[in-house]
Amino acid sequence: MTAMPVELEEPRIEEDVRPDVPWITIVWNDPVNLMSYVTYVFQTVFGYSKAKARKLMEDVHYQGRAVVSSGTREEMERDVNILHEYGLWATLQQDK
Amino acid sequence: MTTGFHSAPRGGVRIEVDSGEASLLRSMAALVLQLVEAPEPQDEFAALIGIGANSTRPEDPVLARLFPDAYTEDALAAGDFRRYTEDGLRRHKRENAQLVFDGIPAGGGEITLDLADAHSWLKLLTDVRLSLGTRLGIEDEADLEALRQRLRGDESLASAAHIYEWLTHLQESLVQALMRD
Repeated sequence: MTAMPVELEEPRIEEDVRPDVPWITIVWNDPVNLMSYVTYVFQTVFGYSKAKARKLMEDVHYQGRAVVSSGTREEMERDVNILHEYGLWATLQQDK
Repeated sequence: MTTGFHSAPRGGVRIEVDSGEASLLRSMAALVLQLVEAPEPQDEFAALIGIGANSTRPEDPVLARLFPDAYTEDALAAGDFRRYTEDGLRRHKRENAQLVFDGIPAGGGEITLDLADAHSWLKLLTDVRLSLGTRLGIEDEADLEALRQRLRGDESLASAAHIYEWLTHLQESLVQALMRD
């Protein structure tokens, strides 16, 4: 058991870490992956309806990128890892 | 010549390939096994808990596409993510390639896949197409047509482009069969 510290100063946190701001997973357009495949991956990985998956795929295709999921940083890292397994070009960042 | 993937009567999907197609598909799976080397642990304890030694993006454009950075604006976070995930991703890609390789009868024939195996095929076909597409310099949809024109005189590149297109049709048929399943 460790002794109770006395007169501990509050640590000063200056990093830009805003826990209330969610993280997002972004999928970027690439010239190789098929539109049908990208739709199918969104349905499979996230359990999205075919309509929602298709809409996200179209956003990726026509706008160059789409936010496909949001949540904690750990959850988004897991999503990105799974999307990399499927060969999609995915990244994560804190939502701004 | 194969008609692509179809839904199997008892679930899953099936495909019939001739001996030439079987040998082409096996060589494509072998290509990925060769390209994606098994992780070499530098530190046994780190390897045990799944931390790799590598934290930088591969220089080879094909490997950079197969193992992209997870963070675009934070190089430190991208390096950490890579150290924790790249070895696992390498293993995953190799397992898919091995499963596909082992599942193709050398002389051709019918192949039936359950859902899990079909996903290994999807991922392997993606890795092969990403590799070929990157090597062929396909950067947008218009490039493939331009490539066809440009490659008329170069037989080896023309055949790579032909294989790429064949794999595209094959993967499309697999996705359609799975969506119907």
